[in-house]
Amino acid sequence: MKILTGNDLKTGDVTWWTGQDWSRHVEDAVDVEDHADTILREEEAARRVNVPYVIEAEQTEDGPRPAHIKDRVRALGPTVRPDLTLKPADPEAGNWVI
Amino acid sequence: MYQYDQYDQKMVDTRVEEFRDQVNRRLAGELTEDQFKPLRLMNGLYLQLHAYMLRVAIPYGTLNGKQMRMLGHIARKYDRDYGHFTTRQNIQYNWIKLEDAPDILADLASVEMHAIQTSGNCIRNISSDQFAGATADEIADPRPWAEILRQWSSFHPEFSYLPRKFKIAVIASDEDRAAMRLHDIGIQLIHNDAGELGAKFFVGGGMGRTPMIAPEIRDFVPADELISYAEACLRVYNRYGRRDNKYKARIKILIHELGAEEYIRQVEQEFTHMKELGLNPPVEELARITGYFADPPFEDGASDDIDLSDPDFALWVDQNTAAHKQAGYAIATISLKPRSGIPGDASSAQIDLMADLAEQFSFDELRVTHSQNIVLPHVKKSDLYTLWQKLDEAGLAPANLDLITDSIACPGLDYCSLANARSIPLAQKISERFADLGRQRELGELKLKISGCINACGHHHAGHIGILGVDRKGTENYQLLLGGSAAEDTSLAKITGPGFSEDGVIDAIETVTDLYLEQREDGERFIDTYRRVGMERFKEAIYG
Amino acid sequence: MVEVIRMREDEPHEEPAVSLDAFLDQTNATAVRIEAGEDARQLIPFLDRLALIEVDFPVFGDGRGYSAAQILREEGYTGELRASGDVLVDQLAYLKRCGFDAFAPDAPINPQVMAQALDRYEDVYQGTTDSRAPIWKLRHA
Ligand code: HEM
Ligand code: SF4
Repeated sequence: MKILTGNDLKTGDVTWWTGQDWSRHVEDAVDVEDHADTILREEEAARRVNVPYVIEAEQTEDGPRPAHIKDRVRALGPTVRPDLTLKPADPEAGNWVI
Repeated sequence: MYQYDQYDQKMVDTRVEEFRDQVNRRLAGELTEDQFKPLRLMNGLYLQLHAYMLRVAIPYGTLNGKQMRMLGHIARKYDRDYGHFTTRQNIQYNWIKLEDAPDILADLASVEMHAIQTSGNCIRNISSDQFAGATADEIADPRPWAEILRQWSSFHPEFSYLPRKFKIAVIASDEDRAAMRLHDIGIQLIHNDAGELGAKFFVGGGMGRTPMIAPEIRDFVPADELISYAEACLRVYNRYGRRDNKYKARIKILIHELGAEEYIRQVEQEFTHMKELGLNPPVEELARITGYFADPPFEDGASDDIDLSDPDFALWVDQNTAAHKQAGYAIATISLKPRSGIPGDASSAQIDLMADLAEQFSFDELRVTHSQNIVLPHVKKSDLYTLWQKLDEAGLAPANLDLITDSIACPGLDYCSLANARSIPLAQKISERFADLGRQRELGELKLKISGCINACGHHHAGHIGILGVDRKGTENYQLLLGGSAAEDTSLAKITGPGFSEDGVIDAIETVTDLYLEQREDGERFIDTYRRVGMERFKEAIYG
Repeated sequence: MVEVIRMREDEPHEEPAVSLDAFLDQTNATAVRIEAGEDARQLIPFLDRLALIEVDFPVFGDGRGYSAAQILREEGYTGELRASGDVLVDQLAYLKRCGFDAFAPDAPINPQVMAQALDRYEDVYQGTTDSRAPIWKLRHA
């Protein structure tokens, strides 16, 4: 599947395209099929997202899993600071990245 | 320490307002990201993996307690309670909001600090010797010269859109603690035969994907011609440095392609012309600035005796303090490399504590080192024990300076969008594997440096042992390098051979250090043995 | 048509600028345009005769034109020095400090933002051909 990601313009938070809006959680990302270009252009122009791009991901039981490790690090947070990730209570969360 | 006058202060204040205006224009949609990006980069603001990242300049690595405390305040108020000290003597924050950035710059300006030109294709923060003003082996304090260069390079209209970034280091002793010859311009202060103080220029060093050691370009530039000579070096580069390929755009490539002699010829021609343009501040300006770097009021006759009856303290003194020019004083280095820690990271509480300790024990001065540690440059020997106890309580007293666990590591894939592999977990695992301090001390001085990609922010080319993260079909892989040095015996490390997994590379490091212990002769450091024995012997041991 | 912003009192020069090669072939022209990467020093023998030198910025990040301008002014050129191409408001102050006194930007520049950008910094750290006194000079005046 193809999903969209970028950063929030004001806060810099990593965000994912949900079909209507941008969420901080990769689980909410939807497959955009071949509509990536149009959505990216419109959303960036409206400043609802900054430097967005399309990536490959795999649909899993727990939701989309980005194909590249870099985007998995972005989705979760730094593996060396579990306390600062989106899943601070889950000690296994880092395994999802690697 | 240098203090801003009304001109310096107005400059940074104006910069804050300018950036506030630019941020507002960006948020209002009057600037596109393409237009805004170079403007934010000139203020040290990147967009990284998790958020915006802000790099704050610490000119020549020197700061006082109040400034240090402000760095802690920024970590607490605008970030997630920590900062990362870098190999260029700066600090980076990883979780910055764009809308906060102008306020952060305003806070910095209130303590005479800024983030000007900490990124972008311009002249970056000038780095220097972290022992400046404290060590006995310098011929002068290099920082006044660095300050002259800081002012000259700030908002330089001709050199703000260079082919690529430009880094300058200034030192003043034969021992090089600032990786001087791995900079675009490395300056060493020297006396000429007539006894006048001037600068020796090395130009065209750098790391990145094509590491090079800067050749000497001029053996003596008089103090009152420093700026015109630097202008000449930069102008030739600005005009002829490559702009067709950003990987070939650094000045080292220009000098490599032209040859040092031809580059020198062009610079001399330009210099002859520039000398006449009145670009150099008068000697009174150097004198004015030098006045700010006068020695603090050392106590005469302070005792050189240290009570070493506490064995842990004795180890720390032996490893982490260096000789001071003043009798009864020492230079103390605070290692930011605790066991399993993140090299260079410090919490706001630790930053505050270091600020307090500087005020109490070091005449209100701190330094950041290129190996991501903090220095208290002027500590009375009789205060060392109290200082050490306070550091130890805060986890700031690892006695591992220059040992294998005092590694340099770039942020790597945990934070950096250009990374191929993570650097920090590797540094952590190495610090676990070699945790025994006795073993580390047995290995002696060993500079281990890790970069998460070829850009070499972690100086892997200059490590006695270097590690480079690469991407092998989507998994993290690490290449091992041996034989680099960033000191006065500058050399570039070579790759041993095929890469390793994370655990594999740590095993390989152990093989290498075992071989060293087996082969070393009296008094040899790792690097000396490596140079004598040669790469082949090490390769055999690693790959069989 | 690109609108030219001039900061000079004299009348705009009418003659179209020719390329550097054409100029060097046919040296009676009084206006010339140099591309980034062309050597401004080739014009030195002719500076007295030139009324307009246009320096092109193919992208704003290509800073060669700043050195070209400085060189021309250092050599005593007094005619119009025009920056053309990808010239943006946030670079105008630097361009001006290097001796440019006219701009022909590809995209129009908001005059108000421009005025602000040019007036923002009251003082400067280094000497350039705009002959503003650098801060070190003010300090030791
Ligand atoms: C996380 C954001 C960072 C990014 C995007 C980044 C980017 C880069 C790039 C692209 C280069 C190669 C430049 C070239 O060869 O032309 C480079 C070099 C370098 N960076 Fe970074 N860097 C980052 C963080 C750091 C940090 C944290 C440090 C200090 C620990 C650092 C210190 C250096 C040094 C010392 C070099 C080598 C300079 C040379 O090639 O001479 N950088 N960086
Ligand atoms: S070396 Fe590479 S991975 Fe490490 S900080 Fe620099 S650019 Fe990022």
